[in-house]
Amino acid sequence: MDTSRIILHCDMNAFYASVEQAERPELRGLPLIVGGNEELRHGIVLTASYEAKRRGVKTAMALWQARQVCPDAVIVPPRYELYRRYSHAARRIYYDYTDLVEPFGPDEAWLDLTGSIHLWDGDVRAVAADIASRVKHELGITCSIGYSWNKIFAKFGSDHDKPDGYMEVLPDNATDLVWKAPVGDLLYVGPATEHKLNHLGIMTIGQLARADESLIRRLLGKPGLVVQAFAQGRDASPVRPLDLAVTDIDHEVKSVGNGITCPFDVEDAHTARQVVWLMGESVAQRLRQLGLAARTVSATGRDFRTLACHGRQAPLERPSNITSEICSLAASLLCSDWDFRYEKIRAIGVRASNLVPATGPVQLDLEGIEAGRLRRRALDKSIDELRHRFGNHAVRRASELTDPRLSGLDPERDHFTHPVSYFA
Amino acid sequence: MDGIVERKKHYVEVISKTDAEGRTRPLVVVWDDGTRYDIDRVLDCRQAHSLRTGGTGMRYTVRIGGRSTFLYFEGPRWFVEAKVPPTYPD
Repeated sequence: MDTSRIILHCDMNAFYASVEQAERPELRGLPLIVGGNEELRHGIVLTASYEAKRRGVKTAMALWQARQVCPDAVIVPPRYELYRRYSHAARRIYYDYTDLVEPFGPDEAWLDLTGSIHLWDGDVRAVAADIASRVKHELGITCSIGYSWNKIFAKFGSDHDKPDGYMEVLPDNATDLVWKAPVGDLLYVGPATEHKLNHLGIMTIGQLARADESLIRRLLGKPGLVVQAFAQGRDASPVRPLDLAVTDIDHEVKSVGNGITCPFDVEDAHTARQVVWLMGESVAQRLRQLGLAARTVSATGRDFRTLACHGRQAPLERPSNITSEICSLAASLLCSDWDFRYEKIRAIGVRASNLVPATGPVQLDLEGIEAGRLRRRALDKSIDELRHRFGNHAVRRASELTDPRLSGLDPERDHFTHPVSYFA
Repeated sequence: MDGIVERKKHYVEVISKTDAEGRTRPLVVVWDDGTRYDIDRVLDCRQAHSLRTGGTGMRYTVRIGGRSTFLYFEGPRWFVEAKVPPTYPD
């Protein structure tokens, strides 16, 4: 196990709320909640300031619940463009210390200082203090920093000294610090995994680290062994610098998806199909922008009552980024799976995965199928160009205009690419 | 400084010069009423957050008419921390 690496994990505390407070001094010191639009039924807490957290407000709580626990909370809508600007500014600071910066969502990043720490005489603590101070003075927000020899423990460190903290997790104190913490504090141990582990009496990270390998494998499968290795501090994954040519946040696109919580419950297949087309169209458009084609399409719906998600996926006959092919497959997947007599849909999502480069030779055929695809591809290209020049609403589906409830949905909202998997 | 209780973020028109290296230097601040304030000197330039009015950007400490003040470049706009005159009860 190589313990000589110097990995920092920087986590900007309560990011959205901190940015709002940095931008609007009148909000400082108040219990602040950045929340979604309740009328559009996106009414959850996206981020709460520390003042609100102290009063019991939690991330992802419904806004009406948040108001119950904290009646005088100030609720503001999110401004993603602003957060993006702060996220970029923070990253510019990190780049002054190393070129190996791996963003993990808009507010977190790993920095590998192994090769550059000699410029600061090997003083990691001083560098961390310098970064924290610069983020505070240049952006007006605080960040917590964790230092370890691997990414997992570095993140553990930044998670455990909030806000504005610094924690070193080194080989001589790791067992004391990390192993005594609840197993759910480890990256990639979510509530479901934690529940399974607790059921076996594995309550702490240390118990997971020392547990019998075959038992963990039986319980959680192969990913369980990876998580166990994380618990033991055996994570050799490198800090992968971001490739701006590929995408803004992530390194490699594994899938492209879009989903929306509808402002109304979808009660029939016709409307469901229309929403799927709306989502699928933006998915296909993004695939084309990225120069990729998908081999698999999946569609999911969220039940309006139980909030349970049902999804199905199917392969496309040929890799495609053609709007009509992706949308019609997604629509048939969703509608065939859903019985609208008993259930309504609250949220709909479309995802294209198993991606391959879109450029490449095309095998023509005698039946004229490929010729038809070429025509559809040309049509998509024209629509993309029109939208690029005149905006997303320059060309719209007729269904959006016939149903006024759909015209308000904008699938191309400004959004961050959030990290999907560490294992990628 | 009698009576100044608070400041607010105020976007202003600025005439600036950018050299071939990409270094930008503000020359004149033009207020809303058209008054032009020549910048005598740029004393300092750094990325900073405005504690008084909120916002972040490249902060120029400039001297105008013998007094130093902050001018922020929040690409592509400029703002100052404008004084808010107090309101007295009638």
